[in-house]
Amino acid sequence: MKKSMLALALLLAAGVSHAETDTLKKIKSSGAITLGVRESSGLSYTLGNGKYVGFHTEMAERVIADLQKQLGLPKLEVKYQPVTSQNRIPLVQNGTVDLECGSTTNNAARQKDVSFAMTTYVEEVRIAVKANSGIGSIKDLGGKTVATTTGTTSVQTLRKHERATGLDFKEVFGKDHADSFLLLESGRADAFVMDGSILAKNISTSKNPADFKVVGEVLSVEPIACMLPKDDAAFKKAVDTSIQGMVKSGELAKLYDKWFMQPIPPSNTKIGLPLSDATKAAWANPNDKPMEDYAKK
Amino acid sequence: MSWDWQVFCKDTVSGEVVAGCMAGGRDVTYLQWMISAWGWTLSVALLALLVALVLGSLVGILRTVPNKALAFFGEAWTELFRNIPLLVQIFLWYHVIPGIFLSLRSVPSFVLVVFALGFFTSARVSEQVKAGILALPRGQRYAGLAMGLTLPQTYRYVLLPMAFRIVIPPLTSESMNIIKNSAVAFAVSVAELTMFAMQAQEETSRGVEVYLAVTALYFISAFAINRVALVIEKKVQIPGTFGAGR
Repeated sequence: MKKSMLALALLLAAGVSHAETDTLKKIKSSGAITLGVRESSGLSYTLGNGKYVGFHTEMAERVIADLQKQLGLPKLEVKYQPVTSQNRIPLVQNGTVDLECGSTTNNAARQKDVSFAMTTYVEEVRIAVKANSGIGSIKDLGGKTVATTTGTTSVQTLRKHERATGLDFKEVFGKDHADSFLLLESGRADAFVMDGSILAKNISTSKNPADFKVVGEVLSVEPIACMLPKDDAAFKKAVDTSIQGMVKSGELAKLYDKWFMQPIPPSNTKIGLPLSDATKAAWANPNDKPMEDYAKK
Repeated sequence: MSWDWQVFCKDTVSGEVVAGCMAGGRDVTYLQWMISAWGWTLSVALLALLVALVLGSLVGILRTVPNKALAFFGEAWTELFRNIPLLVQIFLWYHVIPGIFLSLRSVPSFVLVVFALGFFTSARVSEQVKAGILALPRGQRYAGLAMGLTLPQTYRYVLLPMAFRIVIPPLTSESMNIIKNSAVAFAVSVAELTMFAMQAQEETSRGVEVYLAVTALYFISAFAINRVALVIEKKVQIPGTFGAGR
């Protein structure tokens, strides 16, 4: 935090003169903002026909409404741009996407390329198992088959834990979350290690939710935040101020309740994942600390 | 856009750069992981190619024999494996068939992928082998039989030596395709190049470098097959026949 204050002070001292991206100016002159959204993540997903919803999507829409007020624009067009985990960073870097609110983990490597708004969701990587499996912790996974999804940080988390605990388990990789869950459901895997919200969503939409449970310790903590162009202090401040306003007014908590505790489209099932202490703490102390700072604790 | 090729020297657990890019013991760098992934890609592709060439030739030959039942079997095989998308076939082998025959569950996904990819490509090989045989004048078959050769002997000594020479170029394409098609193996948890690319770019946030390196390896692999096939084509050429004198 101190470091970023210093950076901010330096930036102000320099008069923000050099050619940094000025997203607010771009939005004002074009009368449009491009919002990066996800096709199918727990926090942002599509209902088809170009309609995007989810906790982070709706939060972003309210941030954009605040931006519109701040810029005094009579009309602000929102262009939705679906992104993938492969292309989201390049698209923000090159200015195609002005603000990406999906499920991007804020980590130190990414901070070299982009900036992050304040953390609005803290993801905890957990283990899902069959309720009758007798597995209660990562220690019970020795010799078992563990499923996770290709292209997620959970794969690395699992590798770290395997090394640290000296356990030997067999890993299988699903090509997406539904595929990984199928591995657990069909008995090909004994456990599915993934972000807690994704596990909760897959269990809640499964044929028989009572057959599964989420067990054991939190394997990794990952701050999730909206992503913005790097070093655009004015834009970051505008976004952060808007989110903080929603925290203070209780609006963000209401949004959380809507998307995690109430039935949501398209299938009208509940995810049923109560607001975690870690997320509450992130809201109470607005920050854009990367994942590495969480691991130190 | 700044480059960071050091990413390949990083340890896959600690993320620290390892001197010389090669870690020892249980530690692995991204470079070592990529080389192992390349090994998986080549293993899947080459074994599947073997399955495809053997089965495809056999089925292709069956489709040209006078026996109606055998010819029908060949046609049915080809149409079955040619008309279902490869990814769907892989999932059928991985999720559906072991669901019916539980004993297949213990078969490693590597073996399933080799056969799935091999069968898929065998349908395409059979089409080419059949085309090669049918490209020959019908008189050659009759001549062979008229000389007192049995049907298998006619194939062995008269038809196939010419037919295979004719279809080397399309078979080369097919062999290069199988390298590229082996990318679907990531979907059933084979740690090959595409899986490496997806995973490593997520972990290192250096997607451009990772994908460029993987692209180069795919290109090298497919191009090597192309060169080998060219050598074979030259070696087996008979002066005065198809394709000679180029």
